[in-house]
Amino acid sequence: MLGMFTSSDKRRANLPDFTNGETLLADGANSAAFVEFERVQKSYDGENLVVKDLNLSMPKGEFLTMLGPSGSGKTTCLMMLAGFETATHGDIRLGGTSINNIPPHKRGIGMVFQNYALFPHMTIAENLSFPLEVRKIGKSDREKKVMRALDMVEMGAFGGRRPSQLSGGQQQRIALARALVFEPELVLMDEPLGALDKQLREKMQFEITHLSHRLGITVVYVTHDQTEALTMSDRVAVFEDGRIQQLAPPDKLYEEPQNSFVAQFIGENNTLEGTVKEIKGETCLVQLDNGDLIDAKPINVSQAGERTRVSIRPERVEYNKDRMPEGAHTLKAEVMEFIYMGDIFRTRLKVAGKDDFFVKTRNAPDQVRLKPGQQIEIGWLAEDCRALDA
Amino acid sequence: MSDITDTGPVIAADGTPLKRSLARALRRQKIRALMLIAPLLLFVLLTFIMPIGDMLFRSVENNIVMDTLPKTVVALQDWDPDSGEPPSEAVYAALAADLKVAVEAKRHTRLGTRLNYELTGISSLFRKSGRQIKKWDLAQDAPFKAKFIDMNDGWAKIAVWRTIKTYSPKYTNGYFLNSIDMQKGTDGAEARPENQQIYITLFKRTMFMSMVITISCIILAYPVAWILANLPARTSNMLMILVLLPFWTSLLVRTSAWKVMLQQQGVINETLVWLGLVADDARLVMINNQFGTIVAMTHILLPFMILPMYSVMQTIQPTYLRAAKSLGATNWTAFWRVYFPQSIPGIGAGSILVFILSIGYYITPELVGGTKGVFISNRIAFHISSSLNWGLAAALGAILLAVVLVLYWAYDKIVGIDNVKLG
Repeated sequence: MLGMFTSSDKRRANLPDFTNGETLLADGANSAAFVEFERVQKSYDGENLVVKDLNLSMPKGEFLTMLGPSGSGKTTCLMMLAGFETATHGDIRLGGTSINNIPPHKRGIGMVFQNYALFPHMTIAENLSFPLEVRKIGKSDREKKVMRALDMVEMGAFGGRRPSQLSGGQQQRIALARALVFEPELVLMDEPLGALDKQLREKMQFEITHLSHRLGITVVYVTHDQTEALTMSDRVAVFEDGRIQQLAPPDKLYEEPQNSFVAQFIGENNTLEGTVKEIKGETCLVQLDNGDLIDAKPINVSQAGERTRVSIRPERVEYNKDRMPEGAHTLKAEVMEFIYMGDIFRTRLKVAGKDDFFVKTRNAPDQVRLKPGQQIEIGWLAEDCRALDA
Repeated sequence: MSDITDTGPVIAADGTPLKRSLARALRRQKIRALMLIAPLLLFVLLTFIMPIGDMLFRSVENNIVMDTLPKTVVALQDWDPDSGEPPSEAVYAALAADLKVAVEAKRHTRLGTRLNYELTGISSLFRKSGRQIKKWDLAQDAPFKAKFIDMNDGWAKIAVWRTIKTYSPKYTNGYFLNSIDMQKGTDGAEARPENQQIYITLFKRTMFMSMVITISCIILAYPVAWILANLPARTSNMLMILVLLPFWTSLLVRTSAWKVMLQQQGVINETLVWLGLVADDARLVMINNQFGTIVAMTHILLPFMILPMYSVMQTIQPTYLRAAKSLGATNWTAFWRVYFPQSIPGIGAGSILVFILSIGYYITPELVGGTKGVFISNRIAFHISSSLNWGLAAALGAILLAVVLVLYWAYDKIVGIDNVKLG
């Protein structure tokens, strides 16, 4: 284990800075693709494609999350990578070699399952020892590695227990240790925190992220929880309808969604529908269905007259006149509800005939607290308001 | 609520100890539960526990000698069988008095039958003597010793008197000794002559064949249960009907079907002869022997193995196998190290069920077992319905029951009964 740590730390050091995913993409040539999906398709019944034309390339050491609603094909992708499902079409490569015809047990990929899948008839130590035994590693080595792995997840004292004697969080740690004990370079995690309560889930999110970065392992993580995806990953692939809708680092994904689905799926989002009036370089003018005009950034629209759905994050909406950007188009709004949430205020507005428009403001001493019935004007920077596909 | 003090038990709000008030609160529930099961409990008590208890009691009960010959039994106390001499006149007089009463009540033949189990010939001795004694006058016909011996020289035999004396106590272990091929001899228990030994062989055979049947059931049932547990629910439900089909067919029909299959002019032999694999004059003997019994019983008991296995395997999630493979195990290792150990409770439950059912099986061995393939239960049935030696039947049954309980206990020690899942 010790050897693994040092060598992987070196490997880690060679990697580009993950805080900015863009460099990662740009420096693609620098770090050769480790996991690659090329034109992968998957069908179970021969009639419907569960995965449609999947292309994905990830470098060594990356923490990539596949995020999407259930039935979007993300778990199928993971299972194809693990070898439990075969791709109907296309090529999956690991370290440059195609693994389409390699059985799961020869792929050397660690995996953490949703319900942990700890073997109930074995003790914790035996569970961890299992992957080493099948690799015919000597007994003393085995014991050392098992101890190290247990210490790594701070469960050193639990080797003699049975899985059923552990709590959900503890089982989760053991499952993680078992997936790492044989020092795989790639670890897959299939909604590993789904069964934990909120507090424990947040704690485990940090632990998994830290551990994976410390060990320098490549992780493919599947979840339907967007908070989990945003907090843990280097990059997030948003799945819907068997396709990757957007593959980007969390900040880009949240701030610059490429289409309506991603905008809706990630975080809270206000949507207004309208028609593009004119496009002027980086901004465009959108006429809402009630006739009001707003500024937006054209993303998925190319010409005037097109239908569009503009998306704006609740925390980017401004109603304080002093802070309103100059020359911005404003909309009339009526306060429907003021919700005090402690750290933030959530205000529900009626805007352009729709009463599900939310504004989020920080709880600061100078913050205005709106009252229901109040008539206000709202505005935003054109670049925060994205004109997406209808 | 109550306060917990260091000095005494926890007290409920009204001052009574918490334990007592909890018991009172639960009593109503318990009474109600008891009333719900009362009809069944009564039914089981009357039709199952009591008859079995009564039957088991017969294995040691021996009132008949004491009741029929009370005076003789008392008089015999002074007689020493090892003296080599028949008993004194007093004993014969007592016998005459006892028999006079017994003959009138027509009980002497029953006693004869009972003692005949221990010494062949006593039955006819009692029957013949009974007719004569009717005419005797107790007051005038003394002395009786010469009269008895004159009537039937059986009454001069030491063996006859020894048998009466040996079996005079109210309770006897004679039936049990008999069931393990022993008898009461001059110096306590001794082995029976070799040509009369049968029960030990039968017990051993029953055990051995039940074991073979259980093992064949395991081997045949495991893959079937595995397939059923791993197929989609719709398909497996349909296949399950095929497993359950035997349950809906009469046991006799199934056993007779095996007769048709296995006999020398049967389907299998005819086919083999037709194919030329077996010569016409060397047809295989597959029935009326152990082979026939094993084949037919394996088939009949197979569902009892499949069902518990299936229900256990259904609970084993497929992710365990996937996890094992992702950890580097081959298909075989994943099965053997991960799946199989988790399916053992099903094997255990099925094995107990099949083994216990088969050591008590009766109809199938009777029909296809011939002489070499019968079980101990066939012998019990014989004593119940033909020889009418119910005491011996009860003793054999008691031993069978004890064996089952011992096996169950051993299984609990080795595998743990908590590991058994029947559904």
